[in-house]
Amino acid sequence: MKKGKITQDKVVYFINYIFLAFMLVVVLYPIIYIISCSFSSGGALMSGKVKLLPVEATLNSYKAVFEYKAIWVGYKNSIIYTILGTLISVGLTLLAAYPLSRDDFRGRKVFMSLFLFTMMFSGGLIPTYLLIKNLGLVNTMWAVILPGSVSAYNVIVARTFFKQNIPVELLEAAKVDGCTDFHFFTSVVIPLSMPIIAVLSLWVAVALWNSYFNPMIYLNSEDKFTLQLVLRRILLMSQINLSSSNIDPQRIAENQYLSEMLKYATIIISSLPLMIIYPFVQKYFVKGVMIGSVKG
Amino acid sequence: MNKNKKWKLYLRGHWQLYAMISVPLIVLAVFSYAPMYGIILAFKNYQVSQGIWNSPWADNYGMNNFIRFFNNYNFKECLRNTLVLSIYSMVVTMPCSILLALSLNYARNIRFKKLVQMVTYCPYFISTIVFVGIINMIFDNRMGVLGSVLYNQFGINVLGSPEIFPSLYVWTGVWQGVGFGAIIYIAALAGVDPQQHEAAIIDGATLLQRIRYVDIPAIMPTAVIMMILNMGSVLNVGYEKVLAMQNQNNMAVAEVINTYAYKVSLVSTFPDYSYSTAIGLFQSLIGLVLILITNKIADRISGNGFI
Repeated sequence: MKKGKITQDKVVYFINYIFLAFMLVVVLYPIIYIISCSFSSGGALMSGKVKLLPVEATLNSYKAVFEYKAIWVGYKNSIIYTILGTLISVGLTLLAAYPLSRDDFRGRKVFMSLFLFTMMFSGGLIPTYLLIKNLGLVNTMWAVILPGSVSAYNVIVARTFFKQNIPVELLEAAKVDGCTDFHFFTSVVIPLSMPIIAVLSLWVAVALWNSYFNPMIYLNSEDKFTLQLVLRRILLMSQINLSSSNIDPQRIAENQYLSEMLKYATIIISSLPLMIIYPFVQKYFVKGVMIGSVKG
Repeated sequence: MNKNKKWKLYLRGHWQLYAMISVPLIVLAVFSYAPMYGIILAFKNYQVSQGIWNSPWADNYGMNNFIRFFNNYNFKECLRNTLVLSIYSMVVTMPCSILLALSLNYARNIRFKKLVQMVTYCPYFISTIVFVGIINMIFDNRMGVLGSVLYNQFGINVLGSPEIFPSLYVWTGVWQGVGFGAIIYIAALAGVDPQQHEAAIIDGATLLQRIRYVDIPAIMPTAVIMMILNMGSVLNVGYEKVLAMQNQNNMAVAEVINTYAYKVSLVSTFPDYSYSTAIGLFQSLIGLVLILITNKIADRISGNGFI
């Protein structure tokens, strides 16, 4: 092959780079656009002047967000529900997955099918709702945290991990030394399972932080609302109540488009936590998909 | 007697395992299995004052709620909308993920490849509410950066036209999920034996030929399994996103079974719990049958069924 000659392969590689660059632009553009909007003035937004970079740059929308109390109540609630829910869910998942991974655990097939069945069939919306209601959990955070806390899929993933990464010899050696199952679980299994704990925590936390349907049907007082519910009101229903917030009334009068500006800044503020941790957890995320695809 | 003794001995050594699993089992029993009792509501006329058990049975041997659903004009519409959205998205999503995976696989600049990967996974973390909010802003026909252009130049009202809704739902779904969906194919491609490629190059195969005859066959098993498993959940569209995307204009095409069941019960001024439970049960049963069938097929093809 002569150097510098244009071959079909080179053309394909070139087109491939163009395609990837196109993908990059397509994914990045809306994100950059929203960020730019959040720094633009209300007038520029309403007249559709913002195309790529901020127009008439201002921090007014962020000021409005910081003074909009409902967002911060939602923020606080979401953080509490997410942390607590993740701890509970991951804990329960590990407790279920470890015995199921042991070959000497009798009845594991029966237990396993109890978990698997919930993946295929469920009571459905209304029976679950009535149960939660009868348990007195409506309008408490437990209605958001508990119903989905044991996921059969996560149990399978964790069990697969245990089977592949906790050698039987280790258990045998520990047993010889008089180690109980509890002790083995807490002092050997858990420390060896940090990758899978990271993966599960990430999945559960992202799902809890982003979910809105369950909080929407179970929570009805505003001081319990999650961030997503507050966002739903602001972004989708345009129910923005500036007068009851701490925003200076004079500023509201000065800026008639403040409620529109608020939307963009809210998107940025609410997505920030996940976007900040995202680069650090990305490798776990990919790893989790890989473990999950090997069904044990 | 002897068996009993052996069992006791076994338990003495292993009771802690049962103690561990009992905690998640109790949660499972309460929140997953207890609601299944409520399914009998589907065959009753639920009256709040009388509770689930004491409510009278529905007419037509308890099947009245189902009959009402099947005869309702909403049934055909919801079923059609559900199938359109889920099949459309199935058909589009997978080829896109495979295309991205192949494309990334042949990006020789590692840093650029990593950058594209990182950026394309990113939208997966955006919540449904925020994402639908972004869609509404970008496609708004007055202020939106794309919507205003489409409206002013081509007269297309993206958010207001029912016929655009399925495409909007599916392609925004691709935007959000394509990077994540590609992960599994990237892994399958990484598993291809490099010797196969070397042999193909020696034989004078071009890049496109190598993709066609080496890579595609290598990811085919994964693709088939993914597709079959998707078929099992054909009635479960992402109803959270559909619900969030609904507006007065697209209602005729955006009402799916899940959202309809939600509206007749928890939103309606005259909540009909029995009717909603019947709809949910219908959906669950179809789903169960589909999963069992598709799992059988997946098992036949790859020996790697899900269950």
